[in-house]
Amino acid sequence: MNPSDHLAALQVVVLFLAAPIIVLLQARRLAWAATTLTSLLTFAIAIALTLGVLNGQDYQYFMGSWPAPFGIELRVDGFSAVLLLAITGASSAALLAGYHSLDQQIEAKRQPLFFAAWILALAGLAGIVISADAFNIFVFMEISSLASYVLVAGGPDKRALPAVFKYLIFGTIGATFYLIGVGLIYMMTGTLNLADMEVRIHDVADQSPVLVAAGFITVGLALKAALFPLHIWLPNSYTFAPHVVTVFLAACATKVSLYVLLRFDFFVFQQNLTGHELQFTFFFMPLAVFAILIASAVALFEKDLKRMLAWSSVAQIGYIVLGASIVSLAGLTASVLHVFNHAIAKGSLFLAVACLAMSFRGLRLNDIAGCAKAMPWTMGALVLAGLSLIGVPGTAGFISKWYLISAVLELGGGIAIFLTAVIVIGSLMAVVYIWRIVEHAYFRPAETEIVAREAPLGILSITWVVALANLYFGINPELPVTLSELAADALMGHIK
Amino acid sequence: MELLGYYNYWVFAILLMVGFYAVIVRNNLIKKLLGLAIFQSAVFLMYITMDKVEGGTAPIIQEGVADQIYSNPLPQVLILTAIVVGVSTTALGLAIIVRIKEAYGSIEEDDIIAKDRES
Repeated sequence: MNPSDHLAALQVVVLFLAAPIIVLLQARRLAWAATTLTSLLTFAIAIALTLGVLNGQDYQYFMGSWPAPFGIELRVDGFSAVLLLAITGASSAALLAGYHSLDQQIEAKRQPLFFAAWILALAGLAGIVISADAFNIFVFMEISSLASYVLVAGGPDKRALPAVFKYLIFGTIGATFYLIGVGLIYMMTGTLNLADMEVRIHDVADQSPVLVAAGFITVGLALKAALFPLHIWLPNSYTFAPHVVTVFLAACATKVSLYVLLRFDFFVFQQNLTGHELQFTFFFMPLAVFAILIASAVALFEKDLKRMLAWSSVAQIGYIVLGASIVSLAGLTASVLHVFNHAIAKGSLFLAVACLAMSFRGLRLNDIAGCAKAMPWTMGALVLAGLSLIGVPGTAGFISKWYLISAVLELGGGIAIFLTAVIVIGSLMAVVYIWRIVEHAYFRPAETEIVAREAPLGILSITWVVALANLYFGINPELPVTLSELAADALMGHIK
Repeated sequence: MELLGYYNYWVFAILLMVGFYAVIVRNNLIKKLLGLAIFQSAVFLMYITMDKVEGGTAPIIQEGVADQIYSNPLPQVLILTAIVVGVSTTALGLAIIVRIKEAYGSIEEDDIIAKDRES
């Protein structure tokens, strides 16, 4: 067999092999190097898979050669490819940038264990995306969650501990709800393979357990995806986590749960349950609107830089869900596109924050007043990423907002005008909160003498690479757009 | 009678809600975590219940025995994994509580929130 046939499996197997080795590496520099190399390797595998998907290949892999539905099936299509790129890319960028930042925040002797947890979190997230088996997804989900609790709690800030406890409680409730849902479906269909489930749900005579299952799965995954109003675990976890962990998790963790949710809604349930489409118009759409408006409004008044961006993440989840809730090709394209574009925008913003944190102990807006003079490059990257978050033409954020607004306008009538207004108001609020950062950094005099120096070249260069990716994908959006269209096609293809 | 016939599922639902209630209402972090453990155990019961086939035996093929009804072994295997997940979640939760106690000197949620406000 050709090694490229195994790419889908290697995406996670490499990580699971690396994790125990990294625990044994005592020297922290070695552990960092091994982790970064492994992460880059998975990034390369993700790129190879994406290229394959672009060439029209549909990766299907049977673990241990047991054919589906008996064995575990792995599957990579356009939708998974977008997520894989975001996950492995975010992890690699965060690790490369984290060399100095992590030294500052994590004790040297605990670093190998921390890196092992990082690799496991990465393995879990990548595993969720490639698996086509409902129970397997649950296991990967728990691997990634347990590891990310460790990552979030790894920093020096003691306030991370209550935050991570909350995260653990909510994460476990979400995963358990998902487990109940999967159990109920298994009870009615006798299968755990997603594709097989889709076929067999047709034949289920009594649909009520499946409806209950749909409810449990939706709420459980919405909880893990931090969909408003189930987001309350998110702001504190992101704020008090070590800075590069925030880069990693903010770029991809919640989106992976959305991915599973969309898979279930469009592949398994959508056409098989009577009345299921109501879920989109009467459940997802209102929640998405609330998420955009309320979370952006909270971000407006937030004084802490990281927490402001965390609230903005809650709002961005709203945009992604809004696109999906339209249930159209254009809407889903916009949704998947925003997953990708938000990952690079928020990733580069948090990287810039990590640069600032190299010099500033506190990250409230008042603490960083006047920092632009001392750190012009960091602030330059932050402003560029901020423009992308707002959706200024020429940046990646503009492309996905453009697609989203076109999708909304397709709906026609009053609802189209209302939703467009919501998107525009949300973007305007983003202008205001990004402007508040700019105002403090550039135009406010420093309250105390600033001793800040520009961040080390290692972290700064990565920040700029990711920030420039915002420009690149704003001008050349072909890659994410093609992938998103493939994904939307696949998702809508299951609806007659 | 039919409703009572599902008594295992009733126990599942009641345990689930008992656990959920404890998670939401209790102020003490250990009690919250216990509630979470009950919540998870309830789901184990649901999986174990659904694999039982009336009159079914262990799924071992014997010579000379035809038309035997077997219970479904798969949910038990699945739930074994979920039990391991549950144990590790509880262990990690307890570890975090120990560190919270070290950092804040309390495991009551109100105290912790109050101390965070001060700083």
